[in-house]
Amino acid sequence: MRMDDLLADFLTETSEGLLALDAALVRLERAPQDAATLAEVFRIVHTIKGTCGFLGLARLERVAHAAETLLGRYRDGSRPVTQGGISLILAALDAIRGIVAGLEATGQEPPGEDAPLIARLDAEADGAPGADPGPGPAAAPPPEPDPSRLPAGGAPPQTIRVSVEVLEDLMMLVSELVLTRNQLLQLARSREDSPFAVPLQRLSHITTELQEGVMKTRMQPIGHAWAKLPRLVRDLGLELGKRIALEMRGAETELDRQVLELIKDPLTHMVRNSADHGLERPEERLAAGKPETGRITLDARHEGGHIVIEIGDDGRGLDAERIRQKALAQGLASEAELAGLPEREIQRFIFRPGFSTADAVTAVSGRGVGMDVVKTNMERIGGTIDIQAREGRGTRFVIKIPLTLAIVSALIVEAGGERFAVPQIGVVELVRVGGEGAARIEHIKEAPVLRLRDRLLPLIDLAVLLRLRTGAEAAGGPMEAAAGRFVVVTQVGAHVFGFIVDRVFDTEEIVVKPVAPILRQVTMFGGNTILGDGSVIMILDPNGIARATGLGADAAEAEAGREAVPQVGAMSEAGTALLLFRAGDATPKAVPLGLVARLESVESGRIEQVGGRPLVQYRGRLMPLLPLSGRWDPAAAPARQPVLVFGDGERCMGLMVEEILDVVETPLAIDSAGERPGYLGSIVVAGRVTELLDTAWWLREAGEDWFGGAATAGSGHRVLLVEDSGFFRNLVVPALSAAGYAVTAVPDAAEALRLRDAGCAFDIILSDITMPGMDGFAFARALRHAGAWRDLPLIALTSRDAPEDVERGREAGFTDYVAKFDRAGLLESLAQCLAAPVAA
Amino acid sequence: MQQDPTGPAGSPSSGPKGRPAGAATEVFLTLVVAGQLCGVPVLAVRDVLGPQAITPIPLAPPEVAGSLNLRGRIVTALDLRRRLGLPPREAGRAMSVVVEREDELYALLADAVGEVLPLPPVDRAPNPPTLDPLWRGVSQGVHRLGEKLLILLDVEQVLAIGA
Repeated sequence: MRMDDLLADFLTETSEGLLALDAALVRLERAPQDAATLAEVFRIVHTIKGTCGFLGLARLERVAHAAETLLGRYRDGSRPVTQGGISLILAALDAIRGIVAGLEATGQEPPGEDAPLIARLDAEADGAPGADPGPGPAAAPPPEPDPSRLPAGGAPPQTIRVSVEVLEDLMMLVSELVLTRNQLLQLARSREDSPFAVPLQRLSHITTELQEGVMKTRMQPIGHAWAKLPRLVRDLGLELGKRIALEMRGAETELDRQVLELIKDPLTHMVRNSADHGLERPEERLAAGKPETGRITLDARHEGGHIVIEIGDDGRGLDAERIRQKALAQGLASEAELAGLPEREIQRFIFRPGFSTADAVTAVSGRGVGMDVVKTNMERIGGTIDIQAREGRGTRFVIKIPLTLAIVSALIVEAGGERFAVPQIGVVELVRVGGEGAARIEHIKEAPVLRLRDRLLPLIDLAVLLRLRTGAEAAGGPMEAAAGRFVVVTQVGAHVFGFIVDRVFDTEEIVVKPVAPILRQVTMFGGNTILGDGSVIMILDPNGIARATGLGADAAEAEAGREAVPQVGAMSEAGTALLLFRAGDATPKAVPLGLVARLESVESGRIEQVGGRPLVQYRGRLMPLLPLSGRWDPAAAPARQPVLVFGDGERCMGLMVEEILDVVETPLAIDSAGERPGYLGSIVVAGRVTELLDTAWWLREAGEDWFGGAATAGSGHRVLLVEDSGFFRNLVVPALSAAGYAVTAVPDAAEALRLRDAGCAFDIILSDITMPGMDGFAFARALRHAGAWRDLPLIALTSRDAPEDVERGREAGFTDYVAKFDRAGLLESLAQCLAAPVAA
Repeated sequence: MQQDPTGPAGSPSSGPKGRPAGAATEVFLTLVVAGQLCGVPVLAVRDVLGPQAITPIPLAPPEVAGSLNLRGRIVTALDLRRRLGLPPREAGRAMSVVVEREDELYALLADAVGEVLPLPPVDRAPNPPTLDPLWRGVSQGVHRLGEKLLILLDVEQVLAIGA
């Protein structure tokens, strides 16, 4: 072999080695402890050195040798890997490249002086101080990479790694810069011929460009959030026995990484939902005349300043009737409310907390947490979510979110003498009202409305809502007739409404800053910011406004409903019927009406005292009476004593109260502060603080003596009650508690299984049969199949007690079967099941 | 320490002299709220500002006077008069003492800001049991300061509204 051939081989090999070295060194810098990378680097450099020694390439050998020595120190751990050291080695590689380039061109080592570089490498290897990398006067001219030796396809795009922190800092600084720029512009605007005008204009342009540039650095393709979905869908398909194809379009659509992080989980959740709830099993699909393989599509695109993401499936769609029933069963709305809602609104119930329509709870979904969380998350970042579903054809969720959270464009408005910012994303249009020839605000009773293109638009007077002006001042006041006001038309979900403002200023780019924690309960504001003129301004949150006025979440703004008047200020949240009464002190008391068997008015003369305790003959039995005020004074008693009767026909007790006040329907938002025995806490009813009675406690009070030995029967056995009806839970829990059982109640099987998986222990389980999600039979089978509760006694509580139902229950694994309202039967069954070991 | 809290022995002049644990002496910034002398630990104070343009915040708790712009940061202003249940400020403009809690800045609005004083803990008396419960909630104790009594404000508690 001739020398030339050897040289050519050497050159090829060295070039390849150098390419690999670059990458390996960057890796080494990031992970200095990585022995494998270090060994690889060492090996390549060693090979280069060895070969050039053999070929008599003295210059190359010296440089490579110095680099190898340093790398050897790194390898045996006598010197720590430093950034400076890596830079030195990179400089050595550059020098080697230069020499190799010269060799290729002329066949000779080019002349040059490497001593300073070698000295620094040696110094670094010896740990001498002052060995800083510096720009190293590489002896050779900067190497011109030979294009023919580069991998095909040309140079890859030049990228560097920058820590997220640096980007965040930059973003923040730019945000502040934008604000300052705005301030300056505002100042300059007030002066006609300011000498600053022109440079300011330039500064403004540059700032805008800088802002866009920095924004770009934070942008990431949405595909990053989707990367794990194909695998997820594949696994889900296997698990659920479905064939699923996932199609993703627009994966390259970019959005701010902060937004990306925030939507990642909700998106995953929705895809999961589609696979589990949306798509049918293959046989069902075939029967419905659809291809066996179900499709889930993800589609992302830019639209205006926003990104729109659609998640669709070609599954069964949403069953409005079933949602209606679930909503009713879960007490989310009353029958009357549901009757008036269009299908679209019914579908939106899936966004309500605790709602789940999955028939069976699977490992995947159907646990009743989900879409509400998704919705809340989207709203939190200023986005919206909507649903389009066609029964049998599929479901499509449309999410619209801002590209970035940092800077938003906002409309500045004034109401009640104060300025507010409204994010542009929420503004559909701006309508001038009250002026010459402009549209007019009309009132239906006190509610303002606007007729806008044949639509009746519910209006909210912002100043009134924010209590900057009273309703009386606003309605028909001179304000509106005069100069004219504006209606900001807003859309939240499917609801379109307007809010009335006094003036509209410019739009401004604002940096959204969160409000201080002590203001968090004011849900009307999404944040605050500093305007161009330096003043602080609150940013209105259309979602919050809609919620606060009952428009967004649930109120019926029937699309076609001409008579539909917005109930401003009236929350139509599903309520619980409460019986209000007075007893003891002036604070009104309340008890869920569902718990009270009857209201009686007993003649005081009929009340007898036995052992210092009042009782009354009631329906042929003696009923203990408990004075709610603590003591009962026959002398001071009124002629007729109002009594709330609890319990069933056989065992009952009466609570003596002073006066029955009212029955109201109200959401149960219990504040347990100031709790005292016998009360669950307080709630606000019609503006008054009202104490909520703890029925179980009072039954216990009576139970010790009057329910006979029952109290000891339970002897603290832990009972888990799975029952979807809140009404029935309310009945069973106090009854069992009174009998001495420690009862935990959950609304569905999913929750029960969650408790099981969380390691909760019980002695016996009571389960309803007909339940949303997983029914009682499936629940029993799931329990018997595996898990810690496998051998627990399991009693079915049901209204379905036909022999075949009972048989089915036994097959599923129920130990016993008790009719729903048979209290005595239930207690007996509990005692039996707990006494006898369970037949597996 | 326990026996002399309210007695005349605890006068401010005797405090600094016999102070073996000088390091324990905290330094307070005094402020006046409707004639009442108050003190906040100087270490808690980030800034003292003159009258500021304050943007009211609708629907906020009544103690919240609004928000203001402090060199690009938004500061929530709390009116100490309202916080302490005192009559509203008639005229003149409020001084702000800016404090920080959990990375958030709050401005406490007072009628006037006084001087910075070292107040040895020896001279501190506990809140008299008869003190208005609202005040007891925000006061860490009382210092006698010449003719006047100074309430030591517990900044944490002062800011604990709307919770």
